[in-house]
Amino acid sequence: MQVINEQTNSMIDNLQVVNQILERNGYNPAKLIPILQQIQEEFKYLSKDVISYVANSLNLPASRVYGVATFYAHFSLTPKGKYVFRLCDGTACHVKKSHGILNALYAKLNINAENNTSKDMLFTVETVSCLGACGLAPVMVVNGEVHGQVTPEQAIAIVDELIAAEKAAK
Amino acid sequence: MDKKNFVIVNGREVEINGERNLLELIRKIGIEIPTFCYHSELSIYGACRLCLVEVQGRGIMASCSTAPEPGMVIQTDSAAIRKMRKINVELLLANHNRECPSCSRSANCTLQDLARKLGVSDVRYKQLTEKKPLDKSSPSLVRDPNKCVLCGDCVRVCAEVQTVGALDFVNRGSNAKVAPAFERGLCDVECVNCGQCAAVCPTGAIVPKSNTEEVWNAIHDPSKKVVVQVAPAVRVGLGDMFGMGTGENVARQMVRALKLMGFDAVYDTCFAADMTIFEEATELLDRISNNKPMPMFTSCCPAWIKFVETFYPELLPNVSSTRSPQQIFGSVARKTLPAKMNVKDEDLVVVSIMPCTAKKFEAKLDKFTHEGRPDVDYVLTTIELAQMIESMGINLKDLEGEAFDMPLGFSTGAGVIFGATGGVMEAALRFAVEKISGKELESVDFKDVRGLEGRKEAEYDVNGTKVRVAVVHGLGNARKLIEDMKAGKVAYDFIEVMACPGGCVAGGGQPISTVDNFRTKRASGLYKTDKERQLQKSQDNYLVEECYNECMGGHAGSHEAHEALHTHYQNRNLIFDARSTILRGKDEKLTDICVVLSTKGDTSKGQAFLGEVVNMVRANGLENKVNIEIAYSPKELDANLVYAVIGDKNVNTTLAEAVEIAKKCLA
Repeated sequence: MQVINEQTNSMIDNLQVVNQILERNGYNPAKLIPILQQIQEEFKYLSKDVISYVANSLNLPASRVYGVATFYAHFSLTPKGKYVFRLCDGTACHVKKSHGILNALYAKLNINAENNTSKDMLFTVETVSCLGACGLAPVMVVNGEVHGQVTPEQAIAIVDELIAAEKAAK
Repeated sequence: MDKKNFVIVNGREVEINGERNLLELIRKIGIEIPTFCYHSELSIYGACRLCLVEVQGRGIMASCSTAPEPGMVIQTDSAAIRKMRKINVELLLANHNRECPSCSRSANCTLQDLARKLGVSDVRYKQLTEKKPLDKSSPSLVRDPNKCVLCGDCVRVCAEVQTVGALDFVNRGSNAKVAPAFERGLCDVECVNCGQCAAVCPTGAIVPKSNTEEVWNAIHDPSKKVVVQVAPAVRVGLGDMFGMGTGENVARQMVRALKLMGFDAVYDTCFAADMTIFEEATELLDRISNNKPMPMFTSCCPAWIKFVETFYPELLPNVSSTRSPQQIFGSVARKTLPAKMNVKDEDLVVVSIMPCTAKKFEAKLDKFTHEGRPDVDYVLTTIELAQMIESMGINLKDLEGEAFDMPLGFSTGAGVIFGATGGVMEAALRFAVEKISGKELESVDFKDVRGLEGRKEAEYDVNGTKVRVAVVHGLGNARKLIEDMKAGKVAYDFIEVMACPGGCVAGGGQPISTVDNFRTKRASGLYKTDKERQLQKSQDNYLVEECYNECMGGHAGSHEAHEALHTHYQNRNLIFDARSTILRGKDEKLTDICVVLSTKGDTSKGQAFLGEVVNMVRANGLENKVNIEIAYSPKELDANLVYAVIGDKNVNTTLAEAVEIAKKCLA
């Protein structure tokens, strides 16, 4: 059927992934937070559609699921880039000039604290309060990989590398 | 020492008698511990920290969330407690919109009251939060986040008592607020407009929307004739605002006040309630004898209707198609009054006074308009009526009484008890049992269905026909009953539902009462009036009969009555489904077509239907007139059917039939 377009197909595919996560958790409303965590792991953020769908599937009010999603800083309601930079801004990293790295990344990617995802949806830059690796300050985690004693130049180099890899992949 | 079941409060022994917390125990001995977030009918939240008491050996703790234990030594007041309570209120006031004189809850506000009682004479903190926008989207309620103290009473009444859950906390810390899902307007979510949130709100953060200005304008416009109908529950609630006894029927003084205000005629919704019984009981008898969908649910309560439309659309065929008394009155008024009052159709203004916020929503529905104008122009709550009376300087208590105008002011006792839970059922039984048995009732009282029990059940054997009835009030009780029914645990023939606990007497538009048992007292006021009436059965209302002869086809259930006094319902179940848009036109008014697809390996005919509809739209050049969407459901769907909402029609039928419906809708 032609009217079922690409958007529709990808929505059904996505929601089937959500179905699997819900099944894994036995459709248990008490497991709402792990369910949302697993969904966010899959899609990098929680869309309104997904929040509604989870609410319907668990027989919870959408307002409750939305409330939980907005309560925890961990959950994001806006889409994130393919590469998520988590820059530590805890006391040690702050003293070691983490904000210099942050500003360099913002300038390089033409983003800021409010709009922290690049237009091409490749990069998101976030700050976190402490990564617990103060001995390596300033610390940055890129898609799960930890970088210690980072300089602004090194941060930019990581971005360049990733851009080059993306181009090569195309 | 035999002091097993005692605690010491301020040096006095107090017996523990099943109280669930210290707060209840202490209040029992006449000390009114201050609270915001404690509500005896809701779960315990423990957020406001005003109910602090000192327990010897344990320190200062919240009395609402501490269970009484034998031997506890409690002090309800000390220098430290006093200071803490005061500073808590001061902090709440710091970010509160303090324009109290212009707030509709002024003089009836817990925050104001406590600040005065605790002696908070100065707020030392600067207001830091920016003014947040008001949510005026709903026709029934206005939310003002700037007056919210985050007690969560509204959140809990909506989720726990009503099982709707339209509101919850959003964000946290200093950014926390109460809002519907995705911070949408109340009108765009599952809110059923019952107004119980406004009834429990300790401040003015959620209030009924006011329409008094529009009504004053109509009254002051010499070209208009303004008539008013007053619902049964209003007469036993209004007196609260004028120092009259709780539950006292003040109908006669109220009619005089309405006349003094300038209404051209004052009618009684109880007349329309009698007419509702003619239609609804006739419908019930027809369903019983012609094998139509059973059980039948009542349809008087617009909050219940929106609830069933939203959460149980599959039960819509079981809901009586009879309009509510308010809308029946509107319909009759439009048909008969212009000629009687010698006024042009467009110059007749119909106002209704209701104990209810959801009635404001109901009156605005498209299906209750005729040639572009609503059958009922404005709906006021009891609270608004009291405010209008006060603004005239009228002291209701001192007025002499006056009777309702005829003919639409004439009612039987059955019409009057509509305002209490069980009242509609009892009125219907008085009609139906007499019709089935063909004999006059010996007693008109059906006491099994009265009272405040969450679910009331009864079975009547009428000439061998068994009629099983149930009455529920509070939507949580309605949900439980429906789930029990679906699980096969219970079965009934006729079910009355009122959304507000206690029925309309405790509706969201009624004055907020702090009197114990105010629901029972108001209901007793109605039952007392019923007893005093010479006529107690709707079928004895000869003016209703006359009205049928005049303009409704001569009898209940006639073709004319079906046109003017019945309605249909819509499926609102898809509000929160994941959606995607297939085709969205640019015109202002669009015909909505929403097709449901299952995400569990869809085999339904939805996709095929979608193809047909899109082809039909393209072939007729209607691209700009439709909004075609897909809703994704986690439920499994029947392989042979199409599930969709077309316009305001709920469709779950075969492909061919669905295409026919779409064709008609698009024509």
